[in-house]
Amino acid sequence: MSGFAPQFRPEQGEATPWTVLRPDGGLEPDRAATMTDEQLREACELMLFSRAFDEKGFSLQRQGRFGTFSPVRGQEASVVGAAFALDPARDWVVPQYRELPALLRQGLPLEQFMLTFLGDPRGGAAPEGVNVLPIQIGLAAQLPQAVGLAWGHALQGRDSVVAVFCGDGASSEGDFHEACNLAGTLRAPVVFVVQNNGWAISTPRARQSAAATLAGRAPGYGIPGALVDGNDLLAVHQVVADAVARARAGEGPTLVETLTYRLGDHNTADDASRYQPAEELEAWAPRDPISRVLTHLRTRELWDDAHDTAVRERIAARIDEAVRTVEAMEPPGVEHLFEHVTETLSSRLQGQRAELQAQVRTR
Amino acid sequence: MTRLNMLQAINTTLRGELARDERTLVLGQDVGRLGGVFRATDGLLDEFGPDRVVDMPLAEASIVGAAIGLAAAGLVPIAEMQFLGFSHQAFHQIGAQLARMRYRSQGRFPMPVVIRAPFGGGVRTPELHSEALEAQFVQSPGLSVVMPATPADAKGLLQTAVRSSDPVLFCEPLRGYRLVTGEVADGDAPVPFGKLRVARDGTDVTLVAWSAAVQVAEKAAEALAEEGISAAVVDLRTLVPLDEAGLADAVAATGRCVVVHEAPLSAGFGAEVVATVNDAAFYSLEAPVARVAAPDTPYPPGRIEDHFVPGVDRVVAAARATVKAA
Ligand SMILES: Cc1ncc(C[n+]2csc(CCOP(=O)(O)OP(=O)(O)O)c2C)c(N)n1
Repeated sequence: MSGFAPQFRPEQGEATPWTVLRPDGGLEPDRAATMTDEQLREACELMLFSRAFDEKGFSLQRQGRFGTFSPVRGQEASVVGAAFALDPARDWVVPQYRELPALLRQGLPLEQFMLTFLGDPRGGAAPEGVNVLPIQIGLAAQLPQAVGLAWGHALQGRDSVVAVFCGDGASSEGDFHEACNLAGTLRAPVVFVVQNNGWAISTPRARQSAAATLAGRAPGYGIPGALVDGNDLLAVHQVVADAVARARAGEGPTLVETLTYRLGDHNTADDASRYQPAEELEAWAPRDPISRVLTHLRTRELWDDAHDTAVRERIAARIDEAVRTVEAMEPPGVEHLFEHVTETLSSRLQGQRAELQAQVRTR
Repeated sequence: MTRLNMLQAINTTLRGELARDERTLVLGQDVGRLGGVFRATDGLLDEFGPDRVVDMPLAEASIVGAAIGLAAAGLVPIAEMQFLGFSHQAFHQIGAQLARMRYRSQGRFPMPVVIRAPFGGGVRTPELHSEALEAQFVQSPGLSVVMPATPADAKGLLQTAVRSSDPVLFCEPLRGYRLVTGEVADGDAPVPFGKLRVARDGTDVTLVAWSAAVQVAEKAAEALAEEGISAAVVDLRTLVPLDEAGLADAVAATGRCVVVHEAPLSAGFGAEVVATVNDAAFYSLEAPVARVAAPDTPYPPGRIEDHFVPGVDRVVAAARATVKAA
């Protein structure tokens, strides 16, 4: 090797994720929770809600009552920790498709989310004042949009921060790199949360990038990066809260990588047993993000059996209520193909609507 | 002959081509260990190894861009877009690069690249998974656009595609993957591009379709037969190159024509069929050529997609009106 140029070795990035809450429920020495006890209990309930919804969603899907969807299972701490670092009144969440609890925390009604995954166009109708963009199926497409959203708010003097989510797979798309680059250039108030759950359908993280960490790419975009234990609610909250504070103070974007694991199938149409090693699943099971928080709360006597029962009953009742509501709705009709396509319908589209409606009537 | 569904036909053809020519390789998202999200590449990794069946990072532009480079290096890449809807991420590499490389290099770099991509509706997929985007690619000169409707054609046209020195977009009707079965020749039976297939003979009206719309047209022809209307069905098979003479003959034989496709109406390939029929068979027409297509609206969510994707009843109604026209 010639030795004229400095040798950057990509595979030697800093790879120790930030941790606060140990798997045994205690805190790492010298580290303190940045969430109040009340927030912690609320966050834990939201994680449990998400897990319960995943289970219900899977069983409804198997019964043909719910569409294809991607569960959050295993990633609850990543999503909820980040969500709790935001102020839903002024901050925004720009999701991929695996961040239900963050959308709920922003105020999206569960029914809305369910309608989307039932294949009902009315699922897109998020209420005004709920600061979310629609879920995104095209991987990484939401990232440049989130940068624009954050930039637009900043141009108008608002102190909003945008948290945008994607997966380790999506971080290989051109849109990801363009978004990080643009955000750095503009110092846009955006936090990129890359949920590294080990897999992009069947493609393991190692096949996605030769970089030792995804957060370690940040200096190349001229922005700070942080690697955090994605199964640690407190650590994710701390790192994202810090990034939000800096964004709010005008110091620009941050790239956060949450190191977590997808427990099982990619979505209800997948069969992860074809590629996901059973040993890997077993190794991650004890690091379950929910039991970690529950142990912590119980040790500190912030959670007991009575509370646990009450919470789980409340969750089950809320989910059942949402299922009843969406199943009782009149199914969408032909007119829903044409509503909201444009502000006013062209005469050509009016003709197409009339033709299809007549067709359905004669069916 | 063996009875296969579309997926099995594609899978055996890929296996055969990989075995026949060691310059070929398959690349895409999840094509290796998983065997593709629909299992089209099932078993190929074990048989041919990771240098020839390659799981790629999740980035469509780099899959196609890399295929261009691989072809320039002398290999024969068969790339998979997981869904045609995600070819937009690679559209620049396909439309502005792959399709014109032979011309740009004045013949030095022919592009023996195949891009396989499932598409089409009726299966309740999430957003962006079902769009019929073929017309966008037809406007990329240099690129063949191939749309098989049967397992036999899936095999025969794919063999031709892999052996072609020009780039091919090979669109696979995902609704038919498991549903559509048929007899498939064993071994070599390449089907030439630019030669339409008469799927059904008829004398009163010619239904023109491609890909999954062919089965819709065939069902419509059955329904029309019960009303005493004899409908021919032709399957274009390849949009580029287009069998203009075959199309003119098929339409002239009945004097009436209905085109059926899954993509939105405006500027869909149906418009090109109408224009071609006008050019080549105008004086044999006894009625205006009708089009049955999706409305000019975004592909809708699953609960209302049956209103969007043209069904048998719409084709029957259009054919009936065409036949009754003076
Ligand atoms: C642009 C694009 N290409 C392909 C797909 C098909 N697809 C859906 S999810 C997925 C894997 C995503 O992996 P990752 O980004 O790691 O997110 P995860 O689902 O693991 O959370 C793929 C390939 C898509 N939705 N969008």
